[in-house]
Amino acid sequence: MIRSFFRPLFRLLTAFLILLAALPAAAGVAIEHWTTAAGAKVQFVESRGLPMLDIQVDFAAGSMFDPANKSGLAARTRALLDLGAGARDETAIAEELADIGAQLGGGADTDRASVSLRTLSAPDKQAVGIDILRSVLAQPRFDALILEREKERTIAGLKEAMTRPGSIAGKAFWAALYPDHPYGRQATPESVAALSRADLVAFHARHYTAANASITLVGDLSRAQAEQIAEQISASLPPGAAVPLPAAPAVGAGSSTAIAHPATQAHIYLGLPAIERGNPDFFPLLVGNYTLGGGGFVSRLMKEVRDKRGYAYSVYSYFAPLKQAGPFQIGLQTKRSQASEAIKLSRQVLERFLVEGPSEEELAAAKANLTGSFPLRLDSNRKILDNVAVIGFYGLPFDYLDRYQERVNAVTAAEVKAAFARHIQPKALRIVTVAAD
Amino acid sequence: MPMRLQLLIVLLCPWLIGTALANPYETTLANGLRIIVKEDHRAPTAVHMVWYRIGSMDETDGTSGVAHVFEHMMFKGTPSVGPGEFSQRVAAAGGRDNAFTSRDYTAYFQQIPKEKLEEMMQLEADRMHHLNLDPKEFEQEIKVVMEERRMRTDDNPQAKLFEQMNAVGFLAHPYRRPIIGWMSDLENMTAADTRAWYDAWYVPNNAYLVISGDVDHKEVFALAQKHYGPLAERPLPPRRATAEPLQEGPRHITVKAPAELPVLIMGYKVPVLRDIDKDSDPYALQMLAAILDGHDAARFNKKLVREDKVALSAGIDYDAIARGPGMLYLHGTPSAGKTVADLEAALRAEIERVRRDGVSAAELKRAKAQLVASEVYKLDSLFGQAMEIGQIESAGLSHRQIDRMLEKLQAVSAADVQAVAGKYFTDDALTVGVLDPQPLDGKPRRPAFPTRH
Repeated sequence: MIRSFFRPLFRLLTAFLILLAALPAAAGVAIEHWTTAAGAKVQFVESRGLPMLDIQVDFAAGSMFDPANKSGLAARTRALLDLGAGARDETAIAEELADIGAQLGGGADTDRASVSLRTLSAPDKQAVGIDILRSVLAQPRFDALILEREKERTIAGLKEAMTRPGSIAGKAFWAALYPDHPYGRQATPESVAALSRADLVAFHARHYTAANASITLVGDLSRAQAEQIAEQISASLPPGAAVPLPAAPAVGAGSSTAIAHPATQAHIYLGLPAIERGNPDFFPLLVGNYTLGGGGFVSRLMKEVRDKRGYAYSVYSYFAPLKQAGPFQIGLQTKRSQASEAIKLSRQVLERFLVEGPSEEELAAAKANLTGSFPLRLDSNRKILDNVAVIGFYGLPFDYLDRYQERVNAVTAAEVKAAFARHIQPKALRIVTVAAD
Repeated sequence: MPMRLQLLIVLLCPWLIGTALANPYETTLANGLRIIVKEDHRAPTAVHMVWYRIGSMDETDGTSGVAHVFEHMMFKGTPSVGPGEFSQRVAAAGGRDNAFTSRDYTAYFQQIPKEKLEEMMQLEADRMHHLNLDPKEFEQEIKVVMEERRMRTDDNPQAKLFEQMNAVGFLAHPYRRPIIGWMSDLENMTAADTRAWYDAWYVPNNAYLVISGDVDHKEVFALAQKHYGPLAERPLPPRRATAEPLQEGPRHITVKAPAELPVLIMGYKVPVLRDIDKDSDPYALQMLAAILDGHDAARFNKKLVREDKVALSAGIDYDAIARGPGMLYLHGTPSAGKTVADLEAALRAEIERVRRDGVSAAELKRAKAQLVASEVYKLDSLFGQAMEIGQIESAGLSHRQIDRMLEKLQAVSAADVQAVAGKYFTDDALTVGVLDPQPLDGKPRRPAFPTRH
C-alpha cells in the first residue's frame, strides 16, 4: 500500500514527470543526434553497462490529429499496429518477441503515438526485434476482423470508464478547458463504433512517415550501429511531410461543472490551458509550482489540504506543457460532504500564491530539490530514453539537460510571480466536480 | 546463478563478473539489524530502504489497518525532526521518499544522490526509536487514511470485490483482513494503538536495511554501525498468526457496486515458497502462469480474448513469495453477450486443457527465454533490485538464493506444469468472487445475470 503519490492520474502524468526532471550540468547525458536520409530525426545515447537496447519511435500522431467526427482514430491506429504486420499475424508477433525475450511497448497520448522495443543486444536477438519493429511501423495489416474485435473491447472500456468518478472528472476537465480544440474531444462509444479500416489506413499513411518520426536509441550499441538501425527503420517508412497543427487553443472563460455520482468521495479538478512545450516561462512555472503543489509532501497544497485538515490523501498541482498550450491543473479527492470547503481552500492557496509568490526560503527549497534530484532522473536506460525521446519529439534544445540546473537556479521570485500572473487568471479557472454534495 | 544467465553475462558483459559474483554484500550489527548492500555503479545514485518484519497480518481484530496508519505516523516527527520535516529534509537532499505497507512487511525508502546516504540513515535511525506519535497529529492523519480508504476501496468496485473475496477465501488466517483496515476500525483507532504497535515491533532486531546503488559496501556497513548501531535490541512479542483450516468446499461471493462490466475472480489455495531448494510446485505454478498469461499470445489472451471472444480480458496472478498462505487468482471480464458463467467455464477449460494435454516444449522454452531476458532488464532499475531483495527476505527466505530460485525455474519440465494443473485446481480449494455491476442512479439496468453457482 503505497503511502502517496503513485496517484491514479490520466494520460499526461508520465510526460509531465519527464519535464519536471531536474538536471544539473555535471551529470548530463551525451546525446548524439542526426537526420536519416529519409528525413527522420534521430537521438542516440550509448550506454554499455548492460547487454540490452531500447529503441523508441515517436510520431506526431496523437489524438490531437483525430478528425472532428472520428475521435479515437489515433488511439485505435496505434493499438492495431502490432496486431498483424507484414508476414506475421498477431500471434507470430507476440510469440517471436517472447522467444527472444523482447518487449514491445508504447501507446498514444494527445500529441504522440509511440512504439518502443526493449531487447537484449545479442545480435541474433536484436535483429529479430528490429525486424518486427520495422514491420509493425511500416506494414500493419489493420485486419478488419481484428479491428472489429478491438473496437468492441474499446467501447466496453469506455463505458466502464464512464462509471468511474475519476475518469468522468478527467474527461469533463479536458472538455471544459478545450471546448474548441481537439484536446477537448474524447472518444465515445459512438465515435469508435463508426471507425472503419479505411480510416486507420489513411491515418497511418499520413502520420507514420519518416518526416513525422523521431527515433531514439539508448543502450549497448555504437554510433555506427545506431545509424544503421535508424536508416533501416526510416527507410521502411514513406517519406511523408510534417503534419500541420490545429489552431492554438484559447485561454477561454471560467466555468463550473458539477456531475452527480453515488461515490463516497468527490473528485475535484481546477485548471485552465497554460503553456506549450518550449515556452520561455517554463522554468519560472516549474520552480514556482514546486512550492504550490508539485513538491510532493512539502508543497503548500499538501500542507494546507492534507496535513493541516486531513481533507485528502492526494492533492497536487502541475503544468503539463504539450505541443500546444497544455493544462495547468490542481486535483484532489475528498469526502463528498466537504467538497465545497476543499475547493474554497485550494483556491485560497492558489490565489495567495499568485499574490505572494514563493518566499526566499521556499524558492531555495524548490531549487535545492529540482537541481539536487538531477541524477535520479537519469539513472537507468529507461529514464534516459524517456527524457531524450521528449527532447527529440518536441524539438527542445539538445543542451536542455546540460543547462537544466543553471536555468532552474537562475529563476527569481519576481519571475515566478510574473509568469504565474501571465498564465493563471483565477477568473478563467474551470472547476469540475464529480460526486460533490 | 543459473547457467544460461551466467553464460549470457560472461559473453556479453564480462566486466560485470567481478561484482556479479560477490554482490550483494551482507552484515549484521550486534543489535540484530541486518544490512544488505547491492553495489551498482552505473549512475551516482542510491536507494536506501528500511524493511520491518511487520505487516497487516500481525494485527488483531478491532485494530485492522494499524500497520498502515502507523506507517503514516512515521512522517510526523521526533524530538529532533519536526512534523513533516522528514520529507522536507529528503526533498532538500534532492531525494524522493515514500513507504508501503503490505500484509507481510512495512518498508520505508528514499531514492537519493549517493552522497546523501548518510543523512538518510541518520533520519531513519532517529525515527526507528524516537517517534513522537503526537495525538493531535494522529487526529489529522487518521482522516487522511479514511480518505485513502474511500479512494482505494470504497469507490473502486474491483478493489471492493477483491477485499471481500479475501475475507471469504480466508476464514481464520489474518490475510482475511484488508491492509487498509475496515472503516469502523479506522474510526475507532486511537493514537495509543499506534504507540503500542511502535513499541512492540519497531526495533533493530525486527528490521533489515537494503541499499542499492553507487556505494561501497564497507563504507555503508560503517555508516550503518554509526547511526543504527546505538539502538538497543528488544525481545519481540510472540507472533500468533492463526493457521487457515483446510478448505473443504467451494465458496462464492457476489458484490454489487456501480459499474458497467462484471468481473470474475477465481481464487485457488496453492502453496508458496517455503524452502527454495526442496520445493518444486511453486516453481511449476509460476511457469504455468507464464504459459497462460506471460505475453500477448499466451493461452488466455489468444484463446479467450482473441479467438473465442468470450472475454474482454483474462489473466492470472500468483505470487510465490509470502509469509502467509498462498492463493492463485484467475480473473477476467466477459465480453458483451457473454456471462460470468461463460467466462468461468472457459477459464476452467483452459486449466483442464493443461491437465489433460500438457504444454508444448515451445511454450515452456518461450517462458524461460522471457525469464532470462527479464533478469537482465531488472538490472536497469536500482529500485527494482532493492525491492526484489527486500521482498524475498520478508518471507523468511534468503536473497543469497535468488539465483538458485532462477535455476529451479529453468529446471521446471512440461510434466511438472501439467502435474500442478491437475493437483491444485479443485473446487474444494476454490473461492469465486463476482462483481455484479449496478447502474449509477440506483435503478435496475437489467436482471441479475446468471452465475453458475
